[in-house]
Amino acid sequence: MYRSTRGRLTGLAYLAPALAFVLLFTVYPLGRMAWMSLHNWSLLTPPVFVGLDNYERVFGDRQFWVSFLFTLKYTALITPVLIVGGYLLALLTAHNSPLRKVTRTVVFIPVVIGLGVSSLLWYWLFSADFGLVDRALMDLGLVDEPVLWLGVDADLSNLAISASVVWKVIGFGMILFVGAIQAVPTEVNEASMVDGAGYGQRVTRVILPLTLRTVLLVTLISVIGSLLAFDQFYIMTAGQPQNETATSVFYVYLNSFPYLRLGYGAALSMVLALTILAFTVVQLLLTRRSEV
Amino acid sequence: MTPRRLGRSGYLVGAICLAICAVMLAPLAMSVFASIKPTAEAAATPPTYVPHGISVDSYERLWSYQEGLPVYLWNSLATALLTIAFTLLLTVPAAYSLARFPVPGKEVIFVVLLLALIVPYQAMLTPMFLMFADIGLTNSLFGLAILHTAIQLPFSLYILRNSFGAVPRELEEAAIVDGASSWQALMRVFVPSSVPAIVTVALFAFIMSWNEFLGALVMMSKGSKFTLPLILAASRTETSLGGTDWGMLQAGVTISVIPCVLVYLLLQRYYVSGLMSGATK
Repeated sequence: MYRSTRGRLTGLAYLAPALAFVLLFTVYPLGRMAWMSLHNWSLLTPPVFVGLDNYERVFGDRQFWVSFLFTLKYTALITPVLIVGGYLLALLTAHNSPLRKVTRTVVFIPVVIGLGVSSLLWYWLFSADFGLVDRALMDLGLVDEPVLWLGVDADLSNLAISASVVWKVIGFGMILFVGAIQAVPTEVNEASMVDGAGYGQRVTRVILPLTLRTVLLVTLISVIGSLLAFDQFYIMTAGQPQNETATSVFYVYLNSFPYLRLGYGAALSMVLALTILAFTVVQLLLTRRSEV
Repeated sequence: MTPRRLGRSGYLVGAICLAICAVMLAPLAMSVFASIKPTAEAAATPPTYVPHGISVDSYERLWSYQEGLPVYLWNSLATALLTIAFTLLLTVPAAYSLARFPVPGKEVIFVVLLLALIVPYQAMLTPMFLMFADIGLTNSLFGLAILHTAIQLPFSLYILRNSFGAVPRELEEAAIVDGASSWQALMRVFVPSSVPAIVTVALFAFIMSWNEFLGALVMMSKGSKFTLPLILAASRTETSLGGTDWGMLQAGVTISVIPCVLVYLLLQRYYVSGLMSGATK
């Protein structure tokens, strides 16, 4: 259409604002972060170049590993529940009957509310003296006295927070799985039925293999999301006990802001960004394939 | 898809669906219930499931908490609206260009524009904060909206580029033959035929900005600039009652949740289609 030089210039003009914005507010901060990570800097004193010292310190930092391993533990706990649970919900509701559509809509509602806000909701539900979770457990006779869910024991906190986040995001995977399951060609399904396959066999031999790419994709998105967890821990445990539940992002936040170790915080950020990058690249490769 | 299964298994599926709906809605219902309990009941141990009395005490306390609820609602709303405006102003022309113009180095530019997809913004907040502090954009709704726009830009660009790319060439050519400039073609042909994509982009920008927590926490240190999630998170430890004011906290949760749920229920199909194309394609 606009094959002329003028077309090129016009095209550039349309692109320029977005490009300038991204250069200013994404590329520049990224470069500055890399620069900061090579300096020792605490706002009050001028930055001093220290080479890779900050990175060396990261790997010898006990709290870095505590945070990283705790984040992995959280990810390992929540991901299978989200994927298996989301898939089962999708199998249940993929058919377009009114009740199933309503169920899908309802399961998806928590996805659109904020993670911070849902954490405040669950902070109350899981509180020992005022929360309904302990009240219900005691009424059912499952426990004799209120369980101290949040901020006292790292594993209990992990469990409670994971439960709240499952409630919050399980609909995300479900919706994408429903889309994939509905895209399974009707003929394939019918052929397998003619061959006498039962529902269970159809799920494991036909539907699951044909939706596997979406399953992998949602798994990656969930893993990335969990590795970046912050809001729920900041709000529900504040990292307690003794920063045992401070996730990786939480530790970056602590160093950069309350502690003002800017260079060190930047090095932690770089390590985090590279970890996430590995997963994102796999995700993008997976998505690209579908366009071909 | 699945053959219609009647009889017992049909009822079983129905019962399971209803049970799932109940479990998913219960926490939200409990929050609303807690927000309308009278002050003493909201602070009672053990807590009641269903309010024994009804009152708006918690909402009244929230209304006048610190700077007052209207300030925080305005901060959240203004940031979200600015984020929508910035996102559309930047990505509509950019997506048009990527979809239709022979810009040199287009592929590279597209990758640069999508950079924020690859680098999590959580990792970039410190340099962003320092930069914003230098140019006076901390404690500014404008600044927070810029941050939210940076987060939301790649997704929006991607959705809009795909939508503009699908506009039939003939429509555009007809407009050009009629003497329309490229800008007029954008406004008269591309924008009207991509309304669903634009609604999707605006919807995601609103929900992200309204809910975003960490960026706001880093950028806003002045209480008068807090967004709703920030003031609620702050209120969980410091209230006039000494301990946590659970009733007021849940009143705040209820108020934050309402716009998201309303917008989602009204624009559900845009939300779901955006999710599908953003996440899987």
